[in-house]
Amino acid sequence: MVPTSYYIMLSAALFAIGVLGVLIRRNALVVFMSVELMLNAANLVLVAFARERLSIDGQVLVFFVITVAAAEVAVGLALLVAIFRTKHTADVDEVSTLRG
Amino acid sequence: MDVILFAITAAVALIGAIAMLVARNAVHSALFLLLNFAAIAVLFLLLQSPFLFAIQLTVYAGAIMVLFLFVVMLLGAERVEDTPDRIAWQRPLALGLGAALVAVAVVSVLRGAWEVPPGGEAAATFGDPAQLGALLFTNYLLPFQVTGIILLVAVVGVAVLNQRGRTTSTVKRAPSGD
Repeated sequence: MVPTSYYIMLSAALFAIGVLGVLIRRNALVVFMSVELMLNAANLVLVAFARERLSIDGQVLVFFVITVAAAEVAVGLALLVAIFRTKHTADVDEVSTLRG
Repeated sequence: MDVILFAITAAVALIGAIAMLVARNAVHSALFLLLNFAAIAVLFLLLQSPFLFAIQLTVYAGAIMVLFLFVVMLLGAERVEDTPDRIAWQRPLALGLGAALVAVAVVSVLRGAWEVPPGGEAAATFGDPAQLGALLFTNYLLPFQVTGIILLVAVVGVAVLNQRGRTTSTVKRAPSGD
């Protein structure tokens, strides 16, 4: 059986890649994808600990995370489309004012 | 055997994530992220959670990534980063911070032990979708209902956000009405 620490290290690496994506990339869509990657890294470690503790509550929590992520993606992409309609760009550097 | 499977899947997940980060085209990024999600789904299977495996594939790899690809292609925003960065030191600083984050996480794991988890061999019923469903409708009934409301709010929010031109037209009409 694979030690849980392997899963944690993989999850840490994936989370760090997600953080890097948010920090480096300027395409708002790719930034958003990086956020999804971070959510997935957190899910992975939750499931790994659920397996280690033999407690299924961790899996229930992952179920909730996936549900909320679906809602978040729908709203976030709608916001991006609305921003694109007014600013005609998906570059986060161009969207630096609160005025519409 | 498990360790070999884990190593292969972890490599695929890492390659997918890094390729997503460096791909210049947003469509390629989305497809590499899809590869990463599929690898994580396989890891869920390895961790004896078949229900989450199915959910990961249908909701994440299916619904969410299709939505992403659809919006990328709708906006035609595949290549918006051809101009140079506005903050010159942003990239090296981000790389340094990312490396520091990995180092902190790995050190905090290594402080723990390497032994096989205390759970030992799982019972045959562990990860059974029936067990998960029973828990959802007993201990987690309230959060389960709240997710329903969250999804409803998301649907209403998306509909309001993409109402084309209705708010601006009422604003324009207001002075003439007086």
